[in-house]
Amino acid sequence: MQIDLTNLEDFIRGSAFLGTGGGGDPYAGMLMLKQVLNDGMQVSIIDPLNFGDTKTAINILTMGAPTVINEKIPSGAANVLALRRAEKELGYKVDAIMPVEAGGINASIPLVVGALTGLPVIDADGMGRAFPELQMTTYNVAGVSSNPNVMADDKGSVALISTVENIDAERFCRDICVRMGGIGQMACYPLTGKQIKNHAVLHTLTLAVEIGQSIRVAREDHEDVVSALLRFLEFEKVGRVAKVLFDGKVTDLLRETKGGFSIGRVILDNLQGGNSKLEVVFQNEYMIALKDTMPVAMVPDLICIVDRETSEPITTENLKYGQRVKVVGVSVPEIMRTPEALATFGPAGFGLDVEYSPIELLSS
Amino acid sequence: MVDAQGIRIGVDVGGTNTDAILMQGSSVRVAMKVPTSEDIGSGVVAAAKAVMDRANVLAQDVGQVMIGTTQFTNAFIERKHLVPVAVIRIALPATKSILPFTDWPSEFSKTIGTNIFLVHGGHEFDGRMITELREDEIVTVAEQINKLGIKAIAITSIFSAIDNSMEEQAAAIIRRECPSAKITLSNEIGRLGLIERENATIMNASLSTFVEEVVGGFRTALKKLKIDAPLFVSQNDGTLMSEKYVGRYPVLTFASGPTNSMRGAANLTSKEEAIVIDIGGTTTDVGVLASGFPRESSIPVDIGGVRTNFRMPDILSIGLGGGSIVREDEDGEITIGPDSVGYRLTDDALVFGGDILTTTDIAVAAGHCKLGDPERVSHLASDLIVRAEDKIHEMIESAVDRMKTNKNDTTVILVGGGSVLVSRDLKGTSEVVIPENFGVANAIGAAIAQVGGEVDRIYSYADLGREEAMKSAKQEAQDACVDAGACAKTLKVVDVEEIPLSYLPGGAVRLRVKVVGELLEAVLA
Repeated sequence: MQIDLTNLEDFIRGSAFLGTGGGGDPYAGMLMLKQVLNDGMQVSIIDPLNFGDTKTAINILTMGAPTVINEKIPSGAANVLALRRAEKELGYKVDAIMPVEAGGINASIPLVVGALTGLPVIDADGMGRAFPELQMTTYNVAGVSSNPNVMADDKGSVALISTVENIDAERFCRDICVRMGGIGQMACYPLTGKQIKNHAVLHTLTLAVEIGQSIRVAREDHEDVVSALLRFLEFEKVGRVAKVLFDGKVTDLLRETKGGFSIGRVILDNLQGGNSKLEVVFQNEYMIALKDTMPVAMVPDLICIVDRETSEPITTENLKYGQRVKVVGVSVPEIMRTPEALATFGPAGFGLDVEYSPIELLSS
Repeated sequence: MVDAQGIRIGVDVGGTNTDAILMQGSSVRVAMKVPTSEDIGSGVVAAAKAVMDRANVLAQDVGQVMIGTTQFTNAFIERKHLVPVAVIRIALPATKSILPFTDWPSEFSKTIGTNIFLVHGGHEFDGRMITELREDEIVTVAEQINKLGIKAIAITSIFSAIDNSMEEQAAAIIRRECPSAKITLSNEIGRLGLIERENATIMNASLSTFVEEVVGGFRTALKKLKIDAPLFVSQNDGTLMSEKYVGRYPVLTFASGPTNSMRGAANLTSKEEAIVIDIGGTTTDVGVLASGFPRESSIPVDIGGVRTNFRMPDILSIGLGGGSIVREDEDGEITIGPDSVGYRLTDDALVFGGDILTTTDIAVAAGHCKLGDPERVSHLASDLIVRAEDKIHEMIESAVDRMKTNKNDTTVILVGGGSVLVSRDLKGTSEVVIPENFGVANAIGAAIAQVGGEVDRIYSYADLGREEAMKSAKQEAQDACVDAGACAKTLKVVDVEEIPLSYLPGGAVRLRVKVVGELLEAVLA
């Protein structure tokens, strides 16, 4: 698999889909990638299954507010600085880098760093989608420490955080990122090839590209775009279950913000007739979908709201009354559904008072 | 003439027609529609003269002239009359990963060029300085600009919406070193979002020579009519800019056409909260009035392939107009538009002797209006007429529903020449109002004498508290409004938007406040 100028937009659209309503506007990520690719640099992507067990990689991400990323665009240099400082701390040079999350702008950032440094990027991540916090990873669930947590800014300031628990790394880093002006460039979660194979969500960059591709091709062929996307997810991605949870119109929207979370609910009326309604609760990302108060999908399974005609992903910020949308639910791999995983980023991890049920067992 | 108080002329230059009105106070004395001329300046003058003659008004009695024009939008989209721009970004060490022009269509480089200068400086979202501005860097840039012979300069600094001092300082140095430079500062044009704001700033700078020609042309033409009144140009938020301001901010006229229609609709009906449907020849524009002003788009807008984020009205355009072509496909399904006979309506439509079935023919056949020769549509099957009308109303109802912010029934104001297409009650509406002079709502919108001020920045509720932050934002917007020429006694807050920054603790909230007021000259007059 390769990501270049020919499929860049597919990748960006796919990563927006995997952002499940959050993860930041990938537009800035697209422009950053466009620039390095236009400059003749290349991104080399490697299959985690071909990455030696004893080889090493580290996760690369931007932490902070998307509003700030879009104004104080990272230079790229700070990301490289964080990476190099982490290597110094580790005492070895990593063989590759990888994204911690496959959804939103953080899917793009490691590719930019890969182009700038020549390091290959591993086709896997620690969230399989977008999540709001650093400890919400399959690595953490497996007991892998995020140390060293290195955060850098464009001025060249570097913070090195070492914690006993990964959740503390999230708390400390979040505060430092505010002091760095709302965003910080991070390197953390060093992993061996073996750990990646065992504890990462595999082939999620490929998944993003393929999701974007199936949307584009269906549009070009004037096919029903959402059906084409579902067909792709159901039949070409072994083990994934995908379904349209609802075909509706936004009729109500409630928002509030608590501690850096954009929280709210969106209510949809059925466009297929009938009185049923769907409610989707969001906390930066879409968390749970309830059809007439009965859950039909919940985190960590993917809940994506897309334009019903074009299948363009709609973020929580861009929801508006009157939008005609389809709500698509997609199952996540088993690694994201173990009891330990669910305790970290299942309904309980987000303070939702509901027991997790996989999307394939819920009727919609 | 009994009373010549408060007379003003409003002209809206559209692609097909130029509409002119002469108003006195809040009443319309004369309204006219003339074809838009090749040379826009002389067309405006001809229209102004025509309404003055018809109303029997003397040049010295005209208090103000207000013009709405799409010339600047068109010039940019067609990449005509643009000049090379030197782009200065005050942002190092940040932002190098996305250079100016990264996502621009390459054709622009031939006219605007790709002269990019990145220098140190900028602020954080909370107002702290990132690094200092370095005078020597700006001086070096100025030397290069002089060497290149570039006159138009666009300056953008990180978070200049929060602190504009670096843009101002850089401008002062450039002005000293390049005395004839025309400088655009991003904090005066766009909103948060560096790339989109920088793009809008570059657009504005690229029009800096053309705008002088156009405004100069208007002024000369008015002189010929011996009109010495102040000249104003309408902006895309429904307020006015004085002649001096237009010269500096041509980009703020973009999309003022639909805005003027909406403002005119508000004025004609005295309704402040409504959905306005403007049905033209080819398209129907649907927008929302909130406190008498068009609701603004909250997402980036693409102009000529360039993404920007300056205030633009939130308009839904659908391919339905008085000239839209009506067809019946194999399955008996009626389709309407999106193609239209456009300005050829009076040649091509059935009722005018042509052979193309248009929505106007349907309206005539259904007996809703008298146009052309109704005999020529008498052969249409009544079933076809009913189904075509069903479709027309469905399209409008769906557009109205998409623009609503809640499910409550809403007031709808119908304007534009194509309003005759609506003959039934519309679903989801509480009333449908068709004002008198609905055909020239745009020119009336242009003639409404209000100016605005806006602030868009991030406040810390943790430090200031919500109340204090809100107060500070409102004060700043009011000051900006007075600076723009408003009478301080008439200020009114028309929009407040509160957007907390996600993924960031600490109570940082983005506040956007908009204030409008009556134009000082109009109050005095």
